Parts: sequence; structure tokens; C-alpha cells
Amino acid sequence: MRIELVKRKEHSSLMTLLSPLVAVGLTLVAAAILFTISGKDPLLGLYKFFIEPLTDTWSLQEIIVKATPLVLIACGLSVCYLSNNWNIGAEGQFVFGALCGSFLPVIFPEFANGATLPMMLLFGAAGGAAWAMIPALLKTRFNTNEILTSLMLVYVAGLLLDYLVRGPWRDPGGYNFPESRIFSDAATLPVIGDGRMSISAPIAVIVVIVLAVVLAKTLKGFEIRVMGESPRAGSFAGFSAKRLTIFAFALSGALAGVAGTMEVSGSLNQLLPSISPGYGFTAIIVAFLGRLNPVGILIAGFVLALSYIGGEAVQASMGVSDKIASVIQGLLLFFVLACDTFILYKLRFVKKRKAVAIGEASHV
Amino acid sequence: MKSILKSAVAALALAAAGSAAQAADLKACFVYVGPVGDFGWSYQHDQGRLAVEKHFGDRVETAYLESVPEGPDAERAIERFAREGCGLIFTTSFGYMNPTIKVAKKFPDVKFEHATGYKTADNVATYNSKFHEGRYIIGQIAGKQSKSGVAGYIASFPIPEVVSGINAFMLGAQSVNPDFKLKVVWVNSWFDPGKEADAAKALIDQGADIITQHTDSTAPLQVAQERGVHGFGQASDMINFAKDAQLTAIIDDWAPYYIERVQAVLDGKWHSESTWQGISHGHVVMAPYTNLPDDVVAMAKETEAKISGGWEPFTGPITKQDGTEAAADGVRLEDGAILGMNWYVKGVDDKLPQ
Repeated sequence: MRIELVKRKEHSSLMTLLSPLVAVGLTLVAAAILFTISGKDPLLGLYKFFIEPLTDTWSLQEIIVKATPLVLIACGLSVCYLSNNWNIGAEGQFVFGALCGSFLPVIFPEFANGATLPMMLLFGAAGGAAWAMIPALLKTRFNTNEILTSLMLVYVAGLLLDYLVRGPWRDPGGYNFPESRIFSDAATLPVIGDGRMSISAPIAVIVVIVLAVVLAKTLKGFEIRVMGESPRAGSFAGFSAKRLTIFAFALSGALAGVAGTMEVSGSLNQLLPSISPGYGFTAIIVAFLGRLNPVGILIAGFVLALSYIGGEAVQASMGVSDKIASVIQGLLLFFVLACDTFILYKLRFVKKRKAVAIGEASHV
Repeated sequence: MKSILKSAVAALALAAAGSAAQAADLKACFVYVGPVGDFGWSYQHDQGRLAVEKHFGDRVETAYLESVPEGPDAERAIERFAREGCGLIFTTSFGYMNPTIKVAKKFPDVKFEHATGYKTADNVATYNSKFHEGRYIIGQIAGKQSKSGVAGYIASFPIPEVVSGINAFMLGAQSVNPDFKLKVVWVNSWFDPGKEADAAKALIDQGADIITQHTDSTAPLQVAQERGVHGFGQASDMINFAKDAQLTAIIDDWAPYYIERVQAVLDGKWHSESTWQGISHGHVVMAPYTNLPDDVVAMAKETEAKISGGWEPFTGPITKQDGTEAAADGVRLEDGAILGMNWYVKGVDDKLPQ
């Protein structure tokens, strides 16, 4: 007997809405089993993991702090992915943007006035976009595979940062330790609330709203979606695939660059050899969990951030291993993708091997 | 339905509060950069934590967070502990320095201890060990045992602590073999078994028959074991991973320090200080000497006793790589020069990443 995945002819819109909830439910059950196996109280574990972080203003702010760069980067990536441009290098654009954004406070620390922050953000956006331009131009000029080039540039950006903080940009008063000088107050994002949340959070929300409107209501949004689904049809409508590739990479690079600058300015206050725990890669997951929809991305970013903060909470207060926390995080993604699969496909049990109409069966 | 949910949440909250109610006199919390199962740096810190639990019993409660990346996540992890009632928080990696100082400002009543950094505050002490003392001893052993006269050094980040370790190793090796060569590979990570193993293989292929590392995993030693060359354990006794390859190991023993500092908090006598001790205080311990001839063991033990008696491996004559003099004959480098070291001694076959 074989098991086949068969494409459904129609997708239930009810299940499309319910599937994330089913996935969360399954994750809760699996997490409870994991807690029990590792000898911890499963109810207390679930409470600490999924509920307690939402009840305390500090941890709520921390979730938002963690979610902000993810949402910003994922928003840009969604434009790339919708238009069939596979930008995997947001991590590099994040880092290079942060480098450019930090240029002012590191090299000209005396330049500290009202213009400092806006200029930093501008530099950050320009830097991220410039870094993303490399794979975009390589793709449009030489038809190179942007997945490879954008990914490889991540490591180039990382090493460049590493070189700068160990060499020319090293804090002169820092005993040779690899870190830049601390930014002045004028180069630090204003904090809102009593924790670490800065104005980067509302900026991310504004980006989500603007992008949602652009994608749903404007010609540009239509162009992005058409070129993703059918480049041929798009070209008949007069859309240029090359121009759109440049646009999508520039936009996602700029958003990643701004996210990097805001992370450095608002959270770290200095450049360090590593400034990102993989935000650019995690954002890819966020983009797809949010179904490449800005509002979905906002929710997905929040849920993923919650799983980080909650995972840390069960470690700190219950002594659960960080591996268990990562497994629960992984399970959440697994169940979301699995549930989504069943929206698009149904299972079919095949007794004997029969001829299957071409195009009907599809293996995943 | 809503009320059932509410009461369930309330019950859970009560259960959570209940577990916190059996409070000990002090909660000591630890933030680790690697997994406790790295069998190196973080493992040894966790052994120190377990020693605290054993020594104080119910009086002291402990908690830890492992694999906390240096960067934006560190501040949150430290603040979480400060909020959850930890009275003493050990942050055990260099990259936690500024986050520790930031959180310490917000929580003046909580005491912080940062490992390997240089910034202190009224409620932030720093601590580190003179690992370079052990490095000098293993350098001497390498000088005696290497047939090719070439050792390979797997290094993490070019910060002073690592650079001074490379130099101490080289000085030890040169003290028995003036022509000794040392090749260095930077892996830019504290814990990356794959990269560390690749570096070890590359170094062996370049003629090194002694491997040593300033990274946290057992991988380089395991490669040495497979390839039939020798090496040294780092941070922890790794003999179980390399029975024939390990000659000795530099063990970081944090237990005496952790117990001392917890006791100080309990007695109300904790002050912010900078602690930097080595073999003489038992903060650096040499693992049993194995797979070595008797005369080499005797030499190593003699050096160990000399260092324990107060001798500093960074005593002149020391020549820098560029040929200038770092310390004249018989002159001992000052602590500050060792803690801020950014130059190689003569003979290191590498250019220091600057």
C-alpha cells in the first residue's frame, strides 16, 4: 500500500483560518508530552512557556523587541518571494545596513544632534539596499542564481563586520577588545515604555500597514503578485521582470538595513563582532509562516518571538534544557507547515499501483 | 468556558507562586555562552554551579540559561534573572560585559559577577583565571614531545586572553626547543565542533604533531586521537574523549571561587573586586599527565610548582614578533600588559588579526 498526497481542487477558507490554531493546539499537546517525559510539570511548563510571558509588561515588551527586526525583514522578504525573487541574504543586508548606519556614531562621535538618528537610518537603508543590489544586478545582468549569491554575501558581510570591530572601528578605550565605542545618546533610538522597547516597534507596525495597502490596493502590488505567479502574463501587461527584481531586492535590503541599524542603535548601542542571532534567516520562516502577507507576518513574528521568550522562561525557572525549548519551537513550525499541507492536499491510500492521471498525483 | 480558563490560569499561577515560596537564602544564577554539554568552558562553569548547590544545600538555589548568544539576547537573559529574584548573577562570557553593566544599573540591589571582562561597578565584580600559566606548561610539554617541532593552535577570537595564551604556549615551547614553530588557525567561534575539527585536520596536514585549542569543544582532541597525534584538553579534563591523545588538560576550576563569592553574599561581605588567580589558588588545575615519559612529567610538575610558588611565565627576556623587546631579562610583565596583550612573541607563524 502506498500513501499519496493529492492536490485538492478547492481550498476550504474555513480551514485556512483554523489551520494555525490547530497547529498551536497540536504543539501544546506535544509540548506537554515533552515536559512530562523530561520530568517537569506539564501544566506549569505550558503556562510558563505560552501564557506567563503575555501577562507581564516586561516580557511583553521583550517579545516586541525580539519580533520587531523579524517583522521588518520578513516584510521586505515577502515582496521578494511574492515576485519570485529568492533573496536568502537578508542576514547580510541586515549586517551591512547596520554597518552603514553605525558609520556616523563610530567615526564621528562628536556629530550628535537631532539629525544624527535620521541620517543613521537613511545610511542603514541605503547600505542594506546597496548590499541587496549585488545579487539583484548579478541576476538581471548575468542571470546568476540569486539564492546562491545573496546567501554567500551573508558571510562576506559578517566577516567585514568582524574585521571592522577588530580593526579600524575598534573602541580606542577598549583594551583591544573587539567592539566599537558606545553610541552617544543622540545616536540611540528613543525608548518607549519602561523596558528596552524603542520607537523601532511602531516603525515596524507602520511598515506593515503601508505594505499591506501597497500590496492589496496599488498597481505596484498587482505587478508584484502577477510577476510572481505568471511572469509571462505580466510581461504582456508591460511589466518588466528585471526592474521588479531590482525593486524587490532594494526594498527588502533597505528594510533589513533599517532593522539592523535600529537593532544596533536601540538595543546594543555599539557594534560587536556578531550583532544578529540569525534574524535574517529566522525572518524567512516568519515570512512564510505569515503566508507572505504583511498582517500575517506581524502575527507570525509575534508568535515566533513568544516562543523564544517562553523557551527562555522555562529554562530559567524550571531548569528545562534549552534543547527542549528549541524542539518545541521546531514542532510549532512543523505543525503549521503540516496543517497547511493538508489545506492544499489530501491523503489518499492506494492499494495497488495503478496508472494515475498525469498531473493529478503530486509527491511532496 | 472563559471562567474555566480563568480559574485554570489562576491555579497555574498559584502553582508557580508556590514553587517560588520555598525560597532559599539566596538564588545564584548563571548565564552560559555554550551548552552545558560542551564538556569544555560552559561545562566547567556548570560544574562550579553544581558545587555551589552541593556545598550550600537548601540555603542556596541555583538556575542557569545555556547557549545564550553574545549580542541582543544576552541583556534579556540577564535581566530575566535579575527580575526573577536572583541575588547573585554570574555572566560567564566576555561578550556579556556591556549587557551585564546595563542590567546592573537597573538593579542596584542585585550582585553581578562577569567573567573575563574589565568593566566593574559597585554591584559588578569581575573574575578571570591565569589560564596562560597552564598554557606555558603545555607549551613546554609540546616542545619536548613534538617530533616535527611544529604545533597547531586552534584559536577562537583575537582578544588579549587568547593572544596571551598563544604567547605563553610559545614561550614554554621555546624554553625547551628554541626553534619551535607554531601555526595558528582562527575559527571565530567559541564552540563549533565542525570548524574546530576541520582546523585540527588542516593543522595536522601542515605538519603539526601537537594540537592545542582555545575553543570549547572536544573535537580537536578527538581528531588528534583519530590521526595518532597528541593534544591537550581545554577547560575540562577530556581524557575520556582521547585516551591516547591527551597529554594533560588545563582545567578551569570555578568551584572554589563560586563558593567563596556565594558565601560572601550570604555573610553580607560581598564587594565588587577584580579577581585574577591561577594555579596557586586552585583556579587553574592541571589534569593528570598521561601518555608521557617520566622525565617530561617531572619537568611539567617542576614548572607547575614554580608557578604555584609565584613565578610568572611572562618574565623576560621576551621578544615580540617584530623584533622589539617586550620585557628585558628577568623583568616581569605587568598584569595590565598581559590582560591587554595584542602582539605575538617571536616565532609564532601567523599574523595577528588586527
